[in-house]
Amino acid sequence: MRRRNVYLLIFILVLFGFALWSIVPLDRNVFGREGLRLGLDLAGGSYLVYQADLSGIEPGTEDEIMKGVKDVIERRINALGITESTVQIQQQAGEYNIVIQIPGIADIEKAKEMVGLFTVLEFREQDSEGNWIPATGTVNGEELTLSSRYFKENTDVVADSYGKPLLIFEWDETGAQLSKQITTRLLGKQLAIFLGDNLVTAPKVDSVVEDKGQIEGMASYDEALELSRLLNAGRIDVPLGRWVDAEFQPSIPLYERTVDATLGQDSIQKSIMAAGIGIVLLVIFMILYYRLPGLVACLSLGVYGAVLLAIFKLVPITVTLPGVAGFVVSLGMAVDANVLIFERTKEELRAGRSLAAAVEAGVSRAWSAIRDSNITTFIACIILIWLGGELGARMVSGFAITLFIGVALSMFTAIVVTRTFLRLIVGSRVTTDPAAYGVTRSQIVRNTK
Amino acid sequence: MIDFIGKKRWLFFISWILVIIGILALTISQIQLGTPLQLGIDFKGGTSMTLQFSPEVEQSQLREEMAELGYDEARIQDAGEGNFIVYTREIAPEEARGLAEKLGADLDSQVEIIDYYLVSGTVAGATARNAVIAVVIAAVAMLFYIVWAFRRMPKPFRWGTCAVIALIHNVFIIVGIFSLLGWLAGLAIDALFITALLAVVGYSINNTVVVFDRIRENVSRHIRTDFAETVNDSLIETMGRCLNTALTTFFVLLALLLFGGATIHYFVLVLLLGVIIGTYDSLCFSGQLLVVWEKREWRELLPFTRKTA
Repeated sequence: MRRRNVYLLIFILVLFGFALWSIVPLDRNVFGREGLRLGLDLAGGSYLVYQADLSGIEPGTEDEIMKGVKDVIERRINALGITESTVQIQQQAGEYNIVIQIPGIADIEKAKEMVGLFTVLEFREQDSEGNWIPATGTVNGEELTLSSRYFKENTDVVADSYGKPLLIFEWDETGAQLSKQITTRLLGKQLAIFLGDNLVTAPKVDSVVEDKGQIEGMASYDEALELSRLLNAGRIDVPLGRWVDAEFQPSIPLYERTVDATLGQDSIQKSIMAAGIGIVLLVIFMILYYRLPGLVACLSLGVYGAVLLAIFKLVPITVTLPGVAGFVVSLGMAVDANVLIFERTKEELRAGRSLAAAVEAGVSRAWSAIRDSNITTFIACIILIWLGGELGARMVSGFAITLFIGVALSMFTAIVVTRTFLRLIVGSRVTTDPAAYGVTRSQIVRNTK
Repeated sequence: MIDFIGKKRWLFFISWILVIIGILALTISQIQLGTPLQLGIDFKGGTSMTLQFSPEVEQSQLREEMAELGYDEARIQDAGEGNFIVYTREIAPEEARGLAEKLGADLDSQVEIIDYYLVSGTVAGATARNAVIAVVIAAVAMLFYIVWAFRRMPKPFRWGTCAVIALIHNVFIIVGIFSLLGWLAGLAIDALFITALLAVVGYSINNTVVVFDRIRENVSRHIRTDFAETVNDSLIETMGRCLNTALTTFFVLLALLLFGGATIHYFVLVLLLGVIIGTYDSLCFSGQLLVVWEKREWRELLPFTRKTA
């Protein structure tokens, strides 16, 4: 028994040491994790959710296509050197959503540009009244519009003889066929290139173009480079936007959110200070009320806090404001598990048991309450995590995940850490005075049996 | 010796008052404002922005100015330190920036949008519906777990039902309070509110189960023959634990409420109310309900009726 407790103590100390080592200092690189990952509400940044219009695609290929969209958006953002952005696919009520989080970019227009939803160059011709209409051709019996969808992913920017930027591109197989048909038809007429609704350039077609071409008229070299980069990152095969009733509005996000980094900083500082004050009060209360076990509880809460932070950092779990709140609630439950044990121990002491027997009975009697109450909390958490995913409300799942991990860990700290500490203290006979456990001698019922 | 069970009429009376205040608030709000609860943009769509003014401006000034610029439906919430959270209909980021500039020019202050959030109205309705579904599913799941955990007791279904009724009682009181706050102070509920409410669900069921656990233990030890006395003993035995746990959580939450910043202010307020009501319910409501059911003293539930003999 004694031996087992010593082993457990070594295990706890190793765990605590490892947790401390991995979190101090917070921004140290451990196993490729640099610091805590902060959510947008704390770090500042942009958050966008788009719905996909999948009406034009073959049923059954949705998952594959959405994965393609996700990869393209990721590549586009990563090409800008922004790490830690996340792009996720979410299914909600039969619709597919793309959830994009870009930390550090608080300008939503900039963020949208990065995602590059609008980056399709479309080729248009003039109808009899001079309006620009999409230039189409027929490939394999299908009528297709000529656009940058058919560029190979190797566009480049060069300077022409006047130093103006030129975007050079090559057509893929379909593009080549379309281009040949269209330029043949339009010889001597204008073929315009539109970026979204903006006319970029409208040169006259002076020869049949089959395999490659170049586009002039870009405002600046940088703009041309950015365009080329986005085109090379791949294309998004389905329109992204939102559904309003049964109508699809392209390019308008379902949710968008930007948080200024200073607000995040402010929130962090305030929350940390508040949590600090709260924890100091808690420690004072526990020690005053429960004496020696109260101190033990604070030590085991220290282990709890360090291991929890280490889990956050190493998994990693994004820390958001609701996450901080989840942490506070789970802290309350961690304290609760200790309180349950101590109250039971006190009762057993009052009933006249020896210290060692009282601690054992305290832990084992408290266990059913700790188990049943925490399992009901787990049930609530699991439903919250599910709800969060279903709603696209990430803060709900953020809260629930933190609470879930916190409650699981609190059961471990109460049952393993607190009990081991208590057993060792009792075993070492540091003090046998029940007053150290908050029970006065007069309260103890003499065991006459 | 505190007589929790003997005083149950009074305790039920307090619960009734709180519930009735809730019903009144919801009804008045429905009549006056057309909605029982002020819904935030998560539930009905729209834009919310946090505007930072330096130098600071008055809320009334900002409200007038917003109305003048054609945003008279906007709700404005003071977030302290020159920050205001403004809720409007859906406005695009460009329009929002234009609005901020005009406000700055007219109010002679530097304005910055430090938080911008837009929710499309189409998804918002689904959000509210899913939230209700989640609460119902959570309640049913917890009911089943409690029935299972108390399967050795006679009539385990009662224990689960009483715990869930206590839970609904708590949620209803908090919703009532927020309806009142919405009606009096223009406070709107958002996804964070739902999160907090579900945290309260978790916390208060946790509390109730701890008390029930003690009753279960005392019933199987057959110390007393009378169920009401057993429950009273259990309540007294768990009171220390209930109060201490509530108090420790309360310290941390109070610190967050006072110093934690405006973003989580109402979130923490819900949690705080939840801790108070959750503790109240486990000591003064759920156990008593169990006794009433056991003894079939249904009249005890209603105040001012003749005592069942």
